[in-house]
Amino acid sequence: MTVVSSRVRPGVAARRSGARRPRNLVAHLFLGALIIYFLIPLWWLIVASSKDPVALFSGSGALWFSGGVDYLANLQDLFTYNGGIYLRWLANSVLYALAGGAGATVIAVLAGYGFAKFTFPGRNLMFAVVLGSVMVPLTALVIPTFIMFSDLHLTDTIWAVILPSLLSPFAVYLMRVYIADAVPSELLDAARVDGAGEFRTFVSVALPLLRPVIVTVLLLGVVACWNNYFLPLAMLSDSSLFPIPVGIGLWEGLAANNNGGGHSLWSLIIIGSLVSVIPLIIAFLSLQKYWQGGLSIGSLK
Amino acid sequence: MTQTAAAVGTDGRTARAARVTTRRNPSQRRAARRQALIGWTFILPFAIVFAVFLIAPLVYAFYLSLFTKGLATGTQFSFFGNYVQAFTDPAFLKGLWFVIRFVVVLIPIQMAVSLAAALVLDAITTRFARFARLTIFLPYAVPAVIGALMWGFLYSPIFGPTEQLASLFGMSAPVLLGPDTVFGSLVNVVTWQWAGYYMIIIYAALQGVDSTIYEAARIDGANAWQLAFRIKVPMVANSLVLILVFALIGTLQFFSEPQILRPIANGSITPDFTPNIYAYSVAFSYAQFNYASAISFALGFVVFLCVFVFLFLTRKRGSVFA
Repeated sequence: MTVVSSRVRPGVAARRSGARRPRNLVAHLFLGALIIYFLIPLWWLIVASSKDPVALFSGSGALWFSGGVDYLANLQDLFTYNGGIYLRWLANSVLYALAGGAGATVIAVLAGYGFAKFTFPGRNLMFAVVLGSVMVPLTALVIPTFIMFSDLHLTDTIWAVILPSLLSPFAVYLMRVYIADAVPSELLDAARVDGAGEFRTFVSVALPLLRPVIVTVLLLGVVACWNNYFLPLAMLSDSSLFPIPVGIGLWEGLAANNNGGGHSLWSLIIIGSLVSVIPLIIAFLSLQKYWQGGLSIGSLK
Repeated sequence: MTQTAAAVGTDGRTARAARVTTRRNPSQRRAARRQALIGWTFILPFAIVFAVFLIAPLVYAFYLSLFTKGLATGTQFSFFGNYVQAFTDPAFLKGLWFVIRFVVVLIPIQMAVSLAAALVLDAITTRFARFARLTIFLPYAVPAVIGALMWGFLYSPIFGPTEQLASLFGMSAPVLLGPDTVFGSLVNVVTWQWAGYYMIIIYAALQGVDSTIYEAARIDGANAWQLAFRIKVPMVANSLVLILVFALIGTLQFFSEPQILRPIANGSITPDFTPNIYAYSVAFSYAQFNYASAISFALGFVVFLCVFVFLFLTRKRGSVFA
């Protein structure tokens, strides 16, 4: 992965000369348009979250603040509605995302290491099967897994969401490709000669070299679980086990049918959406330097 | 390529060495067996998860799909009856036709946006460009459900700016989730959601290209456009293929966005809108699990086939999964 970081950018001097300014202007305008496009929904969410139901429905200035800007009242409403069910959903989302993401990452590191650094009969066949399974659409597995779990009386439990999330063939693929490059076999042999056992060699020699790919795979895994909708929607019917997307979907269905029981669910949905996007945005912004390099692993020539 | 090739090379060599020694020396044979045992131990947790949550559901779904459950007749073995029913079921075929049309429209748009953004971001390094890179990527961190909802609100004449924008031009607000417009509105939602992720993958690949190639091209008199399309794009062809595969798999199993927009789309999004929504409705609204399994399995098979054909067609450009 050294190639990613050590590249010297060409033509910096030429660009400073000013000869290319017109092209840069066009490029900057293009980027500006993209920024506006990609930020508009989030900006709308931030603005709409500040409004009370009256201002929300007044139709005056969807993209600007109007009426009283009162995030605290909306937040309080969100966190207390229906006995604080939203906080429950938030906690469930955190649990599913961390357990599913971390579990899948641990399994993928181990398997990637096994595939990359050991030779044994059946390895290539097994890895080919793993690669083929990347092409299997995971949602096609949801209904069959639901039927299987319901025969085992495991639906409507946290395990019904966490256990299937542990499956991530693509993470294993990323790990194997990265480990083959980043962990020299000579280093492992040296540790073995020095008397370290296989597990010790893995933990103290290989693992420290894998930090970027571990952060990337963990982040991708957490995002996949946090954003997952189909699996928990199919598996759970007890609303106290819902993660946020399923809960918000429930509210939306009720609100569209005017079933909020006199309460305007729309403003709860909007502020609830805002709260649910903040944790991942913070995670991505603070871990930038890891995942930006890590995302290229799968496709580097 | 050189790095991966080198790694594969050493692996191959050790494998050959191991094979040679197994024939000769019992202690070396023991070492090889030990290596195999340790290798399998590391892979074991994944192998278990793989068997339980991928192989088993697939096998079980296939088994279930071979039976039909009737109110009067009970559960009966019907061989491929469910598949014959699925591939002649107008609801399933309609959904399939929709996602195929969707793929054909969406993927070129998504690729164009992400490739253009990545090429521009690779060419300029200002702080503004860094900010743009993060902003474009941001929607990836937003759950699909929330992304669809936000756009749903923006499309809505009550919550969104369409009414005001339209009245500026003296028109009435367009119905963006109507039967004719819902296709384009969904293309927009999915492009917004995923273009940034694809852009980052292409961008990272561009950053990994050896810059001496650009210098050589410039000395040969290549201009910026030629540099971009004759050199940079072919250099990152692998990541483009990877992205196309992701987009293909993701779009054919389209579910969350239309499912979320359904309550506010006034009937434009039907319970058979996409194959996955249809399978969900069949399973959970009508409790026909045998038929739902058949639909899931058939969809999985169609996706697998599409991706396989696609990879076969693009193999000359260097296979991603080689």
